[in-house]
Amino acid sequence: MKDILFQNVSFSYPDSGSVLEHIDLKINGGEQIALIGHNGAGKSTLAKLINRLLSPTDGNVWIGDMNTKEYTAAKIAHHVGYVFQNPDDQIFHPSVEKEVGFCRKIVRQKGQNVRAQIDAALHITGMEKYRTKNPFELPLSLRRFVAMASVLAMDPDIFIFDEPTAGQDLAGRNTLINIFRDLKEKKKTVIVISHDMEFVFENFDKFIVMANKGILFFGTRKEAFQTPQLFKKAGLEPPGILRLCRHLGIEAADVETAARQIYDKWVGLP
Amino acid sequence: MFSIIECRNITYYYPLSRFPALIDINIALEAGKIYGILGANGSGKTTFCSLLRGFVPAFYQGTLTGEVLLKNKPLSDYGGLLAKEIGYVFQNPFTQLSGVKDTVFEEVAYGLENIGADADTIEPRVIQAMEKTNIKDLALKNPLHLSGGQLQRTALASVLVQEPDILILDEPTSQLDPQETRNVFDIVKALKEQKKTVIIAEHKTDLIAEYADEVLIFEKGRLTNRGNINHILSSPDLIDRGVLPPQAALLSNKLKQYGISFDSIPITYDQALNVINRLLHTEKR
Repeated sequence: MKDILFQNVSFSYPDSGSVLEHIDLKINGGEQIALIGHNGAGKSTLAKLINRLLSPTDGNVWIGDMNTKEYTAAKIAHHVGYVFQNPDDQIFHPSVEKEVGFCRKIVRQKGQNVRAQIDAALHITGMEKYRTKNPFELPLSLRRFVAMASVLAMDPDIFIFDEPTAGQDLAGRNTLINIFRDLKEKKKTVIVISHDMEFVFENFDKFIVMANKGILFFGTRKEAFQTPQLFKKAGLEPPGILRLCRHLGIEAADVETAARQIYDKWVGLP
Repeated sequence: MFSIIECRNITYYYPLSRFPALIDINIALEAGKIYGILGANGSGKTTFCSLLRGFVPAFYQGTLTGEVLLKNKPLSDYGGLLAKEIGYVFQNPFTQLSGVKDTVFEEVAYGLENIGADADTIEPRVIQAMEKTNIKDLALKNPLHLSGGQLQRTALASVLVQEPDILILDEPTSQLDPQETRNVFDIVKALKEQKKTVIIAEHKTDLIAEYADEVLIFEKGRLTNRGNINHILSSPDLIDRGVLPPQAALLSNKLKQYGISFDSIPITYDQALNVINRLLHTEKR
């Protein structure tokens, strides 16, 4: 398992000032983390520094014992899989199966069975039945799963998902929960960039909150709740259930926990 | 009430498709209301939106039976003038871009130029639309250099600026953070106050519960439920229709399972807070 390490990392785009300043961060191998922050807080930039699509203006980013500066993005892609916000940024094959099979070179190098990898990825994303379809004939919500399957098939150690719940319905959200659960069992590192507060607070235990060109908070869900004004400082709206529970004097951000705590309170009434 | 747009016996097949995308749709939408369109992916939400705007069948072709009436006249009678009546924000904001303008400001102004708006009025209207959607800072940026969220707000501004009577928004907040999402819904609310009709397809049921007057539920091309928002969104069988219920309703239905009784299931956080507060501050019945 490879840790991700940011050492005093700063980044600026050529013509538009600095985006990140002096980031120190260590993500342990096998952790599942939600990365949240308002539009423009630098979430995608941080993620692209991990997969080497961007290189730090200052400082170093390490994946295990590799300083990403010394490797190409293509090499880093063996270790870090990135599912883009817009699936059309990464889809280019005429059939779902071929698209997902794009991984075959990398998979062979790892000595894994290509067929099995592709089948497993198609299965968990629910894309089996679309094998022979052209990805561009599928609706946007399903194209996202094609993109996801092609990254899953490569079986990297680290996965980054950019806004995976965007445009997904109930069934799509359940598929995602399944995928994250599977990756957790496989001890993969998962970083999910999301605006979907309900989804991340229900499904993740660790959070990075970004604001003001840096990291405002890195810790557990519980610590996030106990940090006063965290959401306000980050310019974020807390999940509705959390707001509701705070008004009721309880700490919960998901329906199950909230219901149990409210029930306990109610049972204790005279 | 005055029905502004009406679908009569609509059934529609996309080209080369053996299965209809919309089946036997009959509905009249009233002016000045906010309609939430809910349903699983592939249930027909986007096709329904395209139908109301005339993209189905004019752009997508395919086979359409039945008719759509706008202000009691068939849509096809409007031709190019339909753009003045109905504003449409696409699911993928990239689709919205003209591709011929170099700045966000010009992009937002483009629609007004096309419908021949008076040049003197264009600038103040564009500025106003950009202020509403919080994209004033982006005025001189190239639309092709925007992030997903910025693009989505630019797409909305380019429709708002035309001040149509009807606005159709297809998942307009999918790439926005919670505050910007809230802002879009506040814009929608303000449009309603100006007597505009807003039709909005969304997966964010919490916000639909809070802002919409009515919901339409689509399942496999059929309009299977419409009407009273409290009744529809509080029903536990919403999940079977592939729709995520509002969190407040999920919570209350869970409490109901535990044996706590409710007079009516709340669908918004505010309603839930009221009901549960009362519950926790009175003695058990």
